[in-house]
Amino acid sequence: MTTIQPVAEPRSVPSPAVAPLAGAGASPAHTPPAEGKRVALLRVLGPGHVWALGVGIVLVGEFMGWNFAVGKGGAVAALAACWLAGILYTCVAMIDSEITSTVAAAGGQYAQAKHIIGPLAAFNVGLYLVMAYTMLEVSNAIVAGDLIEAFAQSLGLEGAVDKRAFMVLTVVALAFLNYRGVLATLTLNLVITAAAFAAIVVLFVATQPWAPGAVLKHDDLLVGLPYGSLGILAAMHFGLWFYLGIEGTTQAAEEVRSPARALPLGTMTGMMTLLIAATLTWYVCSGLMPWEYLGQAVTPLYDAARLTGSRWLELALFLGTLFATVASANGCINDASRAWFAMGRDRYMPVWFGAVHPTYRTPYRAIVFFVPIAILFAVSTPLDQTITFSILSGLLGYTLMALSIMLFRRKWPLGTIQRGYVHPLHPLPALLLLGLCIVTYLAVFLGYGTQLLAMMAFYITASAWFVLHRYKYVRRGDQFTMPWPKPRGY
Amino acid sequence: MAARKPYEPPVQSVAGQIVDAVLMLVLVVFTLYLPLLFKLAGGGTTVTETANPTWDALGQNPAMAGQWEKLGFTPEKAASIIGTRFDYSFNWTAVALTAIIIVAYFVFMFRYSDREYREVIAEHFDDPPKA
Repeated sequence: MTTIQPVAEPRSVPSPAVAPLAGAGASPAHTPPAEGKRVALLRVLGPGHVWALGVGIVLVGEFMGWNFAVGKGGAVAALAACWLAGILYTCVAMIDSEITSTVAAAGGQYAQAKHIIGPLAAFNVGLYLVMAYTMLEVSNAIVAGDLIEAFAQSLGLEGAVDKRAFMVLTVVALAFLNYRGVLATLTLNLVITAAAFAAIVVLFVATQPWAPGAVLKHDDLLVGLPYGSLGILAAMHFGLWFYLGIEGTTQAAEEVRSPARALPLGTMTGMMTLLIAATLTWYVCSGLMPWEYLGQAVTPLYDAARLTGSRWLELALFLGTLFATVASANGCINDASRAWFAMGRDRYMPVWFGAVHPTYRTPYRAIVFFVPIAILFAVSTPLDQTITFSILSGLLGYTLMALSIMLFRRKWPLGTIQRGYVHPLHPLPALLLLGLCIVTYLAVFLGYGTQLLAMMAFYITASAWFVLHRYKYVRRGDQFTMPWPKPRGY
Repeated sequence: MAARKPYEPPVQSVAGQIVDAVLMLVLVVFTLYLPLLFKLAGGGTTVTETANPTWDALGQNPAMAGQWEKLGFTPEKAASIIGTRFDYSFNWTAVALTAIIIVAYFVFMFRYSDREYREVIAEHFDDPPKA
């Protein structure tokens, strides 16, 4: 077994959470670079790749989960939440583009927090990433199981399929693929994501949106705001699901040809694409299902296809949903294990997790570690709860991001370091993001308050463990690797 | 000014690493899984039961009823879904307590991170290059 020792890493090399391992198309990670020799990733990606990466991670949010916003406030409230969440994520994309194009280190927000805020914050951000991706993986496994069961019922095989078996199979099979190396599966991810996106467009066209009442029945099915205006606030909780993960474009920071151009362009066009896709999805589903059903459906787009009465559409959306969930779960295992691996390598977690498989060059221990957790949650917890855990971890990360950009501008004012991109109107996007995060905490509190407290208990206990025990294993000076001047005030 | 000596962390034993790893799993199970298992966390809802439900009694117009039926539901099967509503009643003390916990978490994180960050910056910028 080969373990990457942080001490062997030259200071000029940013801490890669993802890239050096098999699957990222990068240089070998198990061979420590010679002292002073910079190991750089291949800069081959353009704005289109960044766009595909962002949309690919997020697209599953159109196939499931977003519709719980309908349950919390009604269909109209869900649309308002969809657009409000779109503003929140536009702020995230603007801020993230500036920080990422400057802290151009793979590992995204984890590496950024190390350089801008400090080790405890980086430890928490690492946990946010791991928990958000693991709970998204669990959610995908739940949907895959439910979808296969529903499809079997549709074929007249009621009772012949145990959905829990498919949930376990999804987690184990994808973990195995990741264990063996995921370059091929990540490439395939892009293809099946494109197919899933095409399924949404086909469904939209097939429902004849130009002929209201023919297939879509908004006049009969839309009922206003069943919870009043409070429902709009409450719906913000699951409104985030339309876009959660768009910030994953930062993972490609070291592999982009021109970060200054490609990252903001790819991320912002990705946001526009998702805003359009989210609105199309809402329009189709709210015109086909009563809001009470839509608000608790596990596979809303598949159900929408069933309601059209076309077996071909049903098959297309079955495959689209399955593709989207499998692609997303695969990416989640990839990203969560890389974040955990990076924390192990930096000694924020036991260094045992910083090992790379000698043959497959994957962070195999980090991959295997989360399999039992994923299975436990998949087979025994409801979808809305696992999605809420994922959303809460993302939300904590966005809150930190709003504060982080202010520290970033204060520690290195404009002109003191080279920035790839400077987002306009600072600090307005940060303040708006912070305000919308506060609104979303309130939204989660409405109906899921105890879960919010459970999540806080997890992060507070983990932070105490890091402060009182874990931090003593961390090498201080190795936590800063960017070639920048000393930050102001230090 | 004399350069400070770089911090040399202790080496953690294999047993210590295993304990730390298991501790993280236990933390996930205790704080996140058990509350769900014992139904202590999750959607606060109220359920309105309708005796002898019909689509009309459940507030569903003919178009809605038609869609429910296409999805394989009868009024009896749909009644529990339609009758379940989120309970958004809350008291301000609970809101304030939750807000205090979140704010305190971030304040502590930023303050303590800053303390650690000063050590990182001091060691990175002030120490002589390692031989």
